[in-house]
Amino acid sequence: MLINQFLLLGALLFCMGVYGVLTRKNAVMVLLSIELILNSVNINLLAFDAMNGGSDGNVFALYIIAVAAAEVGVGLAMVLLIYRNRKSISLDDLSEMKG
Amino acid sequence: MVLASDIQVAQNIGFGIIALMMILAGVGVIASRNVVHAALSLVVVMAGAAAQYVLLSAEFVAVTQVLVYIGAVMVLFLFGVMLTRAQLGKDADLNNKNAVIAAPVALLLFGVMAYALIDGFADDKIAATTGAGAQPQDTAAISDLIFKPYLLPFWALSFVLLAAVIGAIVLARKD
Repeated sequence: MLINQFLLLGALLFCMGVYGVLTRKNAVMVLLSIELILNSVNINLLAFDAMNGGSDGNVFALYIIAVAAAEVGVGLAMVLLIYRNRKSISLDDLSEMKG
Repeated sequence: MVLASDIQVAQNIGFGIIALMMILAGVGVIASRNVVHAALSLVVVMAGAAAQYVLLSAEFVAVTQVLVYIGAVMVLFLFGVMLTRAQLGKDADLNNKNAVIAAPVALLLFGVMAYALIDGFADDKIAATTGAGAQPQDTAAISDLIFKPYLLPFWALSFVLLAAVIGAIVLARKD
């Protein structure tokens, strides 16, 4: 197998995730797109790991999975809090920080 | 010289089918007008990623992916969708007006990355993961790495997870 087929798949998923982050208005959907990005990075890490024949890439991928789990937990808690305070999770309505 | 055993027809067919499935489901994640459908499409993407990890002979990461992502993270997402009462049916108000800018940005990003990858790794091959000369990933080797050279990041990660759990409880509790 060529390494490029995995790397291109990762790149495609990454760009899909970027598009999703930029276009979605719903906060939960933005978090879903971020998961897409993290998965594409994991594919890249494991492809390079298989090419170079160590196990370091596997360790990095496992750490990314753990960080992603923490990120989703805190992210959804924040979304829940925003929903409870404002009855809406539309990111376009959150403009208090705008100067 | 390319030997027949180097091409790995079966693995390539498997890769193609899984990759196609993942791309279609990824389009579902970013284009669906229904939050629950998008979340379920993400399950397909993650399952496909786990299958790709098996093709890359990273079985332990594949199992972890299924347990943590499909098992835990997706349940969390579905709870999030239900608790924020985002309409379970169609929701016309899901996208903002950035698509005009976001589509060229994403396409340009993919173009640059694809050019760099094809230019940089033109025909580099992954070592055979099955058959003669295969080197199966040793889970013991991964644990040796985690608990010897990567021990400090492992500790840091444990604290990150602890802080995230406590932070999530503090943020989300009612009173």
